[in-house]
Amino acid sequence: MWNLLQIELFKIFKKPRTYLAFAIIAAFIFLIQLGLYVNGRDWMMFMLGSLGETMNIEYDKLVNGYAVCYFVLNLLLVHVPILVALVAGDVVSGEASMGTLRLLASKPVSRTQIILAKYAAIAVYVFALLLWIAVISLAVSIAVFGRNDLVVAKTTGLQLIESGDVLWRYFCAFGFAFIAMMVVAAISLLLSTLSENSIGPIVATVGIIIVCTLISEMEIPLYQQYIKPYLFTTYMLGWKGFFYIGSTADGETIKGSIQYLPGIVKSLAALLLYIAALVAASVYIFRKKIFYPKIIL
Amino acid sequence: MKTIMLILAGFQFSPITQAQDIQLLVQKVKEKINLVNDYDAKGTMKTNVTFLKVPVAAVNVYFKKPNLLKIKNEKGISFIPKGAVNINMNNVLNSGNYSVLDAGNDKIGNTAVRVVKLLPEADTGDVILSTLYIDAVNQVILKTKTTTRDNGTYELEMSYGKYIAYGLPDKIIFTFNTKDYKMPKGVTFDFDDGTKKRTGGEKLKNQKGKMEISMSSYSINKGIADSVFK
Repeated sequence: MWNLLQIELFKIFKKPRTYLAFAIIAAFIFLIQLGLYVNGRDWMMFMLGSLGETMNIEYDKLVNGYAVCYFVLNLLLVHVPILVALVAGDVVSGEASMGTLRLLASKPVSRTQIILAKYAAIAVYVFALLLWIAVISLAVSIAVFGRNDLVVAKTTGLQLIESGDVLWRYFCAFGFAFIAMMVVAAISLLLSTLSENSIGPIVATVGIIIVCTLISEMEIPLYQQYIKPYLFTTYMLGWKGFFYIGSTADGETIKGSIQYLPGIVKSLAALLLYIAALVAASVYIFRKKIFYPKIIL
Repeated sequence: MKTIMLILAGFQFSPITQAQDIQLLVQKVKEKINLVNDYDAKGTMKTNVTFLKVPVAAVNVYFKKPNLLKIKNEKGISFIPKGAVNINMNNVLNSGNYSVLDAGNDKIGNTAVRVVKLLPEADTGDVILSTLYIDAVNQVILKTKTTTRDNGTYELEMSYGKYIAYGLPDKIIFTFNTKDYKMPKGVTFDFDDGTKKRTGGEKLKNQKGKMEISMSSYSINKGIADSVFK
């Protein structure tokens, strides 16, 4: 299994498109950091809206490394699934189109092991991608903008999390984001086992994410009640739950608390269920797959 | 006949005497407050506003005559209500010329207080009317209500301890009007855990907010640089 994983990792990290994702993320985060370095105060004033009419706010202190990272994650984690699909959608179908999949299936390893090794290799890629995001969005932002309390804007109001109470929330959020991205990877893997070319699974995965996200966010009762609870995109935003701090009846925040812990646990459980179901389906389909010899004219 | 004349004279002159009393009382409170040229107070600040969730903050309150006041959270960030400058009585009593009106007696808790209304003579300032509830025995202000032109009404409640000789409170509760808060559209998707319906785009209407500062110590008349207030 370890050898299989090494081979799959070699295949993934040999492709230039794998590094494209890292470059895109670096460029994107750099642009956000540059923008906030120049106009961070204006951005924060926009974020806090009319609050400035009632309160004296230290906007410059609010634009700190933690806030920049939170902003980056809000924008980026919606798009990272596309970068995950770019690699995960290719792992089986790419080999099918090249004709190497039949050769691989003829090796003395089970087809289940092949699929699991491929999924494990994708997990390494996703982990590396999120680690990359963490390093440049969190570590670099802290180095450039410094640390201070984090202000989190919700539709119901604002909350302030003390500087010393933030870092562990990021670790948990990135951990949660990893699970969420692995659902996307599992969808791509499943579609990849069904296809003979790479483009189809990649586009289909992106399409599914877009449609599901739109339905999740539409305030239409029919979708909210009957469809939203079954969509994986509903649970992918669970990482934000780590930044919703608990408070007393007076609105005083409780250090180290999470407002909706059961909601996060439920989301995590739903995502893990999705992963199990999708990977099992991928294994089943791959095991039943008949490999015809590829005839190149 | 002589007694009746004396009683009538007493009735005739009592409003003037009362007015003089109240002027004197305000003057005495002012004198007490004027003993303080500057101070640096350490304390904790608790903010209670419907749409804000903030931790209790360790703050430093700096004051310097005539009307400089700054509340600083040295370690983190605090949202300070506009109008918080009025938590210093010096800023209220030395803010220009005003007419002093006696508004009778009242009680705050078990303490009997004199109610005084201050009407600014200039009609261009933000403050329209200030009502002071003065503890005549200790010559300190226990409560104020300030009506402003643009920022609604502020209320201030103060309790005193070891710095009562300077008219400096141990605890201040500042009540103020909060305006609508509306989060900008499209900034972020909220995480919905299913336990609470979202209030997307919904405005949080005008309500009262409260800021409570408990002072642990004052450093009085030691001098404070102007740069602190920038």
